[in-house]
Amino acid sequence: MRLDPQPYERIDRSRSVSFTFAGWKVTGFEGDTLASAAFAAGKRVFSRSFKYHRPRGLYCCSGHCPNCLMTVDGVPNVRVCTEPIREGARVEAQNVRWSLDLDLMSVTDKIGGPFTPVGFYYRTFIRPRRLWPLYERFLRGAAGLGKLDEHAGHSRRYDTEHRRARVLVIGGGQSGRAAALAAATLGPGVVLVDEDARRRDLRLEGVEVLAPARALGVWEGGLVPVDAGTVLYRFRAERIVVAAGATEQTLLFPGNDLVGVMLPDGVRRLLRDFSIKPGTRAVVLGADDESLEVATDLREAGVAVPRVVDLREARPRELVAEGKKGRVRRLHVDGEHPIDCDLVVASGGRQPAYSLLAQAGARVEFDERRGVFVPTELPDGVDAVGSVTGEGCSSIVLPAPAGKAKCFVCVCEDVTTKDVKRAIGEGFDSIELAKRYTTVTMGPCQGKLCHLPSIRLYAQENRMYEQAIGTTTARPPWAPVELGLLAGRELTPVRRTSIHFRHEEAGATIQWAGPWKRPYAYGDEPEDEVRAVHESLGVIDVSTLGKLLVEGPEAVELLERLYPNRFGDMKAGRIRYGVLTSDGGRIMDDGTIARLGEDLFYVTTTSTGADAVTAWFEWWNAVWGFEAEIVNVTGALAAVNLAGPRAREALGRLVEDPDDVSAEAFRYLDAKELQVAGVPTLALRIGFVGELGYELHYPSPAGEHLWDALVAEGARPFGLEPQRVLRLEKGHVIVGQDTDSESNLYSSGMSWLPKLDKEDFVGKFALEHFARREEKERLVGFVMEDDVLPAEGAQVVVEGYPAGRVTSARRSEAVGRVIGLAWVPADRAQAGTRIEIRVDRLYRGARVTHGAFFDAAGERMRS
Amino acid sequence: MSFLLPCPFCGPRPVDEFACFGEVTTRPGGSPSLRELTDYVYFRDNVAGVQREWWQHRVGCGEWFLAERDTRTNDVLGVELPSPTRTPS
Repeated sequence: MRLDPQPYERIDRSRSVSFTFAGWKVTGFEGDTLASAAFAAGKRVFSRSFKYHRPRGLYCCSGHCPNCLMTVDGVPNVRVCTEPIREGARVEAQNVRWSLDLDLMSVTDKIGGPFTPVGFYYRTFIRPRRLWPLYERFLRGAAGLGKLDEHAGHSRRYDTEHRRARVLVIGGGQSGRAAALAAATLGPGVVLVDEDARRRDLRLEGVEVLAPARALGVWEGGLVPVDAGTVLYRFRAERIVVAAGATEQTLLFPGNDLVGVMLPDGVRRLLRDFSIKPGTRAVVLGADDESLEVATDLREAGVAVPRVVDLREARPRELVAEGKKGRVRRLHVDGEHPIDCDLVVASGGRQPAYSLLAQAGARVEFDERRGVFVPTELPDGVDAVGSVTGEGCSSIVLPAPAGKAKCFVCVCEDVTTKDVKRAIGEGFDSIELAKRYTTVTMGPCQGKLCHLPSIRLYAQENRMYEQAIGTTTARPPWAPVELGLLAGRELTPVRRTSIHFRHEEAGATIQWAGPWKRPYAYGDEPEDEVRAVHESLGVIDVSTLGKLLVEGPEAVELLERLYPNRFGDMKAGRIRYGVLTSDGGRIMDDGTIARLGEDLFYVTTTSTGADAVTAWFEWWNAVWGFEAEIVNVTGALAAVNLAGPRAREALGRLVEDPDDVSAEAFRYLDAKELQVAGVPTLALRIGFVGELGYELHYPSPAGEHLWDALVAEGARPFGLEPQRVLRLEKGHVIVGQDTDSESNLYSSGMSWLPKLDKEDFVGKFALEHFARREEKERLVGFVMEDDVLPAEGAQVVVEGYPAGRVTSARRSEAVGRVIGLAWVPADRAQAGTRIEIRVDRLYRGARVTHGAFFDAAGERMRS
Repeated sequence: MSFLLPCPFCGPRPVDEFACFGEVTTRPGGSPSLRELTDYVYFRDNVAGVQREWWQHRVGCGEWFLAERDTRTNDVLGVELPSPTRTPS
């Protein structure tokens, strides 16, 4: 089948490459594509069609049509006509039952006609409704493309690269190359992308050539994503030159999908690039010189060409291709004696590939004279050169045939001329609706081959002008793209504290906490860690807390306006608990505010709220303009919470003068600067976990040093889980867990916090309103009557109806009960009220409580 | 959304570097009625046309600024730094 060596062939006959094709061993040459090698080895059927399972062979041979979609090494839907040959590749058929040559599903082609018209499953399979799942399974099995290998894993790695270009030229044909060279004379920054692998070695002075690489679309701001296999280039171009050329269109005649019917460009590729004789007897049909010239090429290669039909001269009234076993055998032209042939080269003309221009905002107009859609009114910064402008393009449409033989408009979706006529008959009178109903242009080629014929047929049948019909919307991606490329590499940013590796060394179970990795517990028994804090001494890494410095002569005014709390009366060295509310009065975040000096405040936020709170502070200060600076020091400082009855004694041994941390010198809610184990530390005496405790904030680089010193003093590391138990015993709320975006300070039991007599603060007006109204539900504590643990999120049930939800629940050794927090209807919020909570499908009793479950007077943390 | 937004400090940058805080609203002063408060907290004009918006160059310099943007075309007509005012207007 190979011709003698030719000057322009792209194969290297000295190097042979073997692979398996649908179970057969095939040998080709280096430079072949998988399809050209298989074709040269005599393979003609490459796939079965979408709906009728008709045999399909090479058609466009340029990576557009669906006819050569196959599964290569487990990757489905690979166009083997452009996929380079590689040793040992496994090429398999998809969407067939049995084999390519004998597909049992092809019965749909034989009997299907009357039973499977367009939209048949919308109508046929809707009754009885309950059987739809069954129908769906069958339909999905019968139609469709390749199957994804669920166990494929991450076989390829994809990356995204952000690039800039002064001029980005899309398409490396004659016009594209000329445009790129012209742009290069004006300066650097010219990039040319072309989807054709044959342009890999293209060299242009001053131009960066990327091939094979496909521009997937044109977005606003000159953004052009380019698919280069395993790299997605996100180009930002100052100027975009589209030189995407034109695409050959399907010629509509019965039998136009038979194996052996090909587009002229496909034939030319087989002849020139791969030196393959595409058939023995060929008929050439075309409406432009470019198509008809293929006859000369074929004759030179020794193919008999008994007939060339120039469709411009006379449009045949009858044109039917007849086949046997799905392969073309004969062509009937206007009642002449049928022409025996095994190759029909047919083109309906060439349509400018204007999609990228339309995406960029160009208008598309029908050119009556040439019969093609051309782009007009190009937006600023976008140019078009070459055939994409309509240069040298024309098309032809033949009258829709009568008779039984199928005439395909869209080979991807198996849509025939009859289907389009039927859709028109059923009243789908807009091209956009007809498209959705028939799915014409919606297959793998995305309308590249059938866009124009479908609209022209529609116009002809409806006796309308193409211009009045218009075109369907061109949407990205312009060419199929692997999902992996769009997803990119799996990158998840992780934040670790400066003490993180000490936790790992200590055998902690690490878990995600927002963007952070934090220890859940250091062993299998979080209760032991809880006990250590209650009875002796524990230490937890709280470096994840958001930490802000607010400094300036008006820092206090800024904070007074940001928080419902009052800070003006606060003395330096004191701490207050603060809750941020929105102007809608909803709780946003909480933390502590320590006044370090007249003009300096140290603010902590929740672990996940640091960035949002910083932005929130900065935004309000952009509105108000107080003289205060806001600095986020979250990453700069490590923080640990040393807690337990022995905390003072242990801290005393690490500071220069133990008297500095005596009960009198360092009171509850005091902030103090100390040297702890030689590290300059800001110590905050607060009690999130309910025991005597010190939160130590110090420079991150000393993270492990101070941690080690505390552990050496006998502090037992405890993780998030023990901390959750400890704080729950105190009834301390976690914003975001116990509260949500609807919670306010009154319903959450913090009515003592807002100071409504302040002149203004964010949320004041809403809180004034809340203060006057009755809340519908309230956040309360509860103690379970039995030893059962409700899930977080469990229902609170009142008289058999869900009326609230559990937000936190833990078994507390110190309390001796299962305790928790829950939202309950306001009329059930009285302490002592019995509520029911759904646990494992049973309603279990619980009593409402207020305040802390353990050490209600707070003597331990104040001691 | 892939347009370029000119940061007052950094110049034109891809919009994904910024956080949009929505259209500029007027915070009611004095003691607003419930209706005024609700309007301010929950309602937006959502114009199809030129709108003044708050933006922050979040993964850039961090600056908050105001931009006039045409919501139909994403054309940014101009950006400016806010002129702070403390009294509720």
